Amino acid sequence: MTRTMYEKIWDANLVHEPEAGSPLLFVDRHLMHEVTSPQAFEGLRLQNRKVRNVHSILGTIDHCVPTKDRFNIVDAIAKKQVETMTANCEENEINLYGMNSNQNGVIHIVVPEHGFVHPGMVVCCGDSHTATHGAFGALAFGIGTSEVEHVMATQTLQQKKAKTMQVKVEGKLPACSTAKDIALAIIAKTGTAGGTGYVMEFAGNTITELSMEARMTLCNMAIEAGARAGLVAPDQVTFDYLEGKEFAPKGDDWAAAVEYWKSLVSDEGAEFDAVIELKAEDIAPQVSWGTSPEQVISVTGVVPSPSDFTNEVKSQACASALKYMDLKAGQNITDIHIDVVFIGSCTNGRIEDFRAAAELLKGKKVADGVQAFAVPGSFPVKVQAEKEGLDKIFVEAGWEWRDPGCSMCLAMNGDELKDGQRSASTSNRNFEGRQGKGGRTHLVSPAMAAAASVAGHFVDIRDWK
Amino acid sequence: MQPYIKHTSIAALMDRSNVDTDQIIPKNFMKKVERTGFGINLFHNWRYLADNVTPNPEFELNKPAFQGAKILVAGENFGCGSSREHAPWAIADYGFNTIISTSFADIFFSNCFKNSILPIVVTEEQLAALMAEIAANEGVEFTVDLENQKVTTPGGLSISFEVDAFRKESLLDGLDDIAWTLKHEEQISAYEAAQKKRLPWLWPSA
Repeated sequence: MTRTMYEKIWDANLVHEPEAGSPLLFVDRHLMHEVTSPQAFEGLRLQNRKVRNVHSILGTIDHCVPTKDRFNIVDAIAKKQVETMTANCEENEINLYGMNSNQNGVIHIVVPEHGFVHPGMVVCCGDSHTATHGAFGALAFGIGTSEVEHVMATQTLQQKKAKTMQVKVEGKLPACSTAKDIALAIIAKTGTAGGTGYVMEFAGNTITELSMEARMTLCNMAIEAGARAGLVAPDQVTFDYLEGKEFAPKGDDWAAAVEYWKSLVSDEGAEFDAVIELKAEDIAPQVSWGTSPEQVISVTGVVPSPSDFTNEVKSQACASALKYMDLKAGQNITDIHIDVVFIGSCTNGRIEDFRAAAELLKGKKVADGVQAFAVPGSFPVKVQAEKEGLDKIFVEAGWEWRDPGCSMCLAMNGDELKDGQRSASTSNRNFEGRQGKGGRTHLVSPAMAAAASVAGHFVDIRDWK
Repeated sequence: MQPYIKHTSIAALMDRSNVDTDQIIPKNFMKKVERTGFGINLFHNWRYLADNVTPNPEFELNKPAFQGAKILVAGENFGCGSSREHAPWAIADYGFNTIISTSFADIFFSNCFKNSILPIVVTEEQLAALMAEIAANEGVEFTVDLENQKVTTPGGLSISFEVDAFRKESLLDGLDDIAWTLKHEEQISAYEAAQKKRLPWLWPSA
């Protein structure tokens, strides 16, 4: 019988399927940050339970970390959260890339840098963007804090089997379009609930052409389509990325591991519960105009009108988004002026993202009145960028070059929009207030963000000179 | 966990779709290391005026008729976005134990069951009927009977709903699901032993 990659990983990790009750799925890797774990550790303590497999856990501190003067956390409650994470990891001997580590950064950036996730693993984290690691052909998904506690205590999760969806993207991606634009175009097509109940496998020759970092950007946003997880089949690109990394298999294990990983790809003819197809040629640089990641359009487009939607719910959502975003139907996307530009986050905080942005910023200056800041996803990304002189390009263009952290993706650390400010942001969510109460977010790729910082409004980067 | 028992309670109407977890509990209130006390910040940015203290009279849940509501009736794709369990913690702490919608985001849906909250999926027509009944009679009380999987209303609606058998049992009994899983210790250990042989590189060398 043919099986999809998801079904193979499910079968390989199924511990037990009782007649009454829930199937138990084995969790190979458990990622952790300071916001969603403290109550789980407290729960263990109260029940006198222990962490079962300490080696399966890797932690960072990322959400609350200031990106300027990083040790000076002025919010006492946030400071306590950071201290609690440090203490919990110490007490349980958990590997933490904490505040003092030169490996510190955003969890979904740090984990791949160390080769901690491999194809075929089941990976979870109290964070919805765990979907990122599907780029390796790992089944990776976000869980709540009660489940964080459950995984620590049992190394398993009570899981229901998901449905499978193949998202096929074929053809040559236009110049200047990136994995971010593919992700946004997919979400525009499926809607934010289109993937609910599904695990999405991204396939097609456009996907296999993507670098590992681009695959991470794509899978990162699977959750924005409502999918439980995103997957990309492991191939030579995956193996080359992993080989030699700290937690990658070594010696004889390497060959055995690669053999195993190759066996995980979906069988020829395996059936998916749903299939959607996109042509890469159609994917121009994308810009979100609303308050949901499905409210997205090409940079050449105009802000839609509620009457453009036949679905009543979508029409209402459009009207409410236009009001919150202070936009008018019919307005050109390229006429939308921005106040703040943010490049960073687990979606677009990797070295390739900063390279792409720097390429557009060379010899340019940020527009008057625009504040722009670059937040590398981790210290290794920051160090690498500085080695390549990218930081100088940003600074000379009038950008701030900051320390790593989640920063203004969700604005927990003090980096936030003021009421009414508008951003071009490489992050993943444009929900109301996500980047600060009253703040208005437009999601774009790093190159689109860089260009907007110079022009002061969105521009079609295909015309960039 | 508290057992979920049959109840008759005020149903509050939130006629919005895609209510995301950033709205349910904005990130500024996620810095606490406790599970309790999030209710006061439920829907904070909608619920309070610019001073962050004065209730916003325009916000539906601030209507006097909805005070004390235990049932929330809302539009599709409720709970999308982040995995934060702070969202169901805030919902439960505020006083809701039931949410009725046409669809829920996956992670939020699972998180509800860990916190004695019953998310009920109904059809579009059923949701419209429930919403209409509340709109016509704000403060109306619905009855939720998990045991018999039924929502009934004074207006004569009687809606049967589906719920996973194991999750239902867990809610009704207030089961500790870690304790349930640990009953399968033998199977977990056997799995680990087999995996150490099959994929030894996943384990620390002895």
